[in-house]
Amino acid sequence: MVNWSLIWTEIPNLARGAGWTLFITFFSLMFGVAIGLCLAMLRLSRRWWLRLPASVYVEAVRGTPMLVQILLIWFGVFPMLGLNRAEAYYAGIAALALNSGAYLCEIFRGGIQSIDKGQREAALSLGMTETQVMAHVILPQALANALPAIGNEFVTLIKDSSLVSSIAVAELTYRAMLVAARRYEYFTMYIGIAIMYFAMTFATSRILARLEARLRKGSK
Amino acid sequence: MIRIENLHKSFGELEVLKGVSARIAPGETVCLIGSSGSGKTTLLRCLNLLEMPDSGEIWIGGQRITDPKVKKTDVRRETGMVFQHFNLFPHMTVIRNIMIAPIKVRGVSDGEALDIARHFLDKVGLSEKADNYPRQLSGGQQQRVAIARALAMKPQVMLFDEATSALDPEMTGEVIKVMKDLSGEGMTMVVVTHEMGFAREASNRIIFMADGAVAEFDAPGVIFNRPSNPATAAFLRSVIRM
Ligand SMILES: Nc1ncnc2c1ncn2[C@@H]1O[C@H](COP(=O)(O)OP(=O)(O)OP(=O)(O)O)[C@@H](O)[C@H]1O
Ligand SMILES: [Mg+2]
Repeated sequence: MVNWSLIWTEIPNLARGAGWTLFITFFSLMFGVAIGLCLAMLRLSRRWWLRLPASVYVEAVRGTPMLVQILLIWFGVFPMLGLNRAEAYYAGIAALALNSGAYLCEIFRGGIQSIDKGQREAALSLGMTETQVMAHVILPQALANALPAIGNEFVTLIKDSSLVSSIAVAELTYRAMLVAARRYEYFTMYIGIAIMYFAMTFATSRILARLEARLRKGSK
Repeated sequence: MIRIENLHKSFGELEVLKGVSARIAPGETVCLIGSSGSGKTTLLRCLNLLEMPDSGEIWIGGQRITDPKVKKTDVRRETGMVFQHFNLFPHMTVIRNIMIAPIKVRGVSDGEALDIARHFLDKVGLSEKADNYPRQLSGGQQQRVAIARALAMKPQVMLFDEATSALDPEMTGEVIKVMKDLSGEGMTMVVVTHEMGFAREASNRIIFMADGAVAEFDAPGVIFNRPSNPATAAFLRSVIRM
């Protein structure tokens, strides 16, 4: 069933693909966190004309398929912005970041809202501005609370990044597709990368769980 | 020092302050007592603009803080507030809790802030806890840190809202002692409290609030021994029996 010798010869190729998968995932998460934070600030604003566009954006992203978003950005938005010579993986990272930003926005918003309002009042009573309260008192606590959720988002992104194979980014899934089609070894290649994805997500969750436990111990 | 003129405040339909007026002299310690819901917390929070009064005026140290042109942050750095639930910043060490506002609000250097913080931490008797996190402290210790944090801004006025109500009985003493010391040093203080012992011994005058207004404002001896308002007498009978 599984052609082990094919897997063996393709290991360097697939390893490079896995490297790309992790690279894309990492940068998507970094940008996603930044986007999510900005969106959360907008959604928590007192001004409706800041809240409204952010809410529309979040709902739109969460209500449409990620595959469609990737195709839209690569085939629609990039040419429109004149980015015809850009690499496809830029579009992949942009799409994944814009997508995870919407999900992270909700995580951050919840995290910020869950901070006791006494914290804000104490900081204000010391003379801090709203911005200082956010930067020094609320956000550090909200982000620390959100770390496990950010870790989950990383794991989710490892899996979702396989969708950028649709725009020919040479990450793990795309490389497997090419080999499978050339050698007619579909089962071998797809079971092979399924195992590789699982290894990556499993290892990541384990590492994150350990980091989290250490952080929690450190702050006690 | 503090002058309050005909202050009104409503939350929606509910009128909480119905024309409060009072004058508090520099160095005075004034206790605010009265039954639950009478508006004590709301009045106190108006004094540092955590609540905005609907009408009326407040002067603190000659500045009309109800002037819409006055910056709230400028008012708040001159008025320290101590809360029932301490509200220390859990992600900062004790010393950092005290240093943060002088650094960010007053703009003093880290070194200077450290000296200030050490000084006030020593004053509340917790020098050895500088590098602990708030959750490692008892309630009474946390509240003393909160007092040091407010004092580090060198405010003209200190406001206390039931600073001992959330504490176990054996811990109220240490906090009350710090408050009494501060009062003895001539800090101007407005203290919302259910501790009648503190009101009697440490305050210069007591405001008895009833139904959103000042029902009686007099020296503790008068309030406790021969109150002129029957509501004051009834309130005191009820709390002293408890
Ligand atoms: N932010 C708010 N929104 C709506 N109602 C409020 C708000 N703050 C206070 N109130 C109401 O105003 C009234 C007075 O509240 P306040 O907290 O000033 O009373 P208090 O004298 O401090 O009472 P206690 O002794 O219970 O602390 C209460 O009926 C309370 O429910
Ligand atoms: Mg109250």
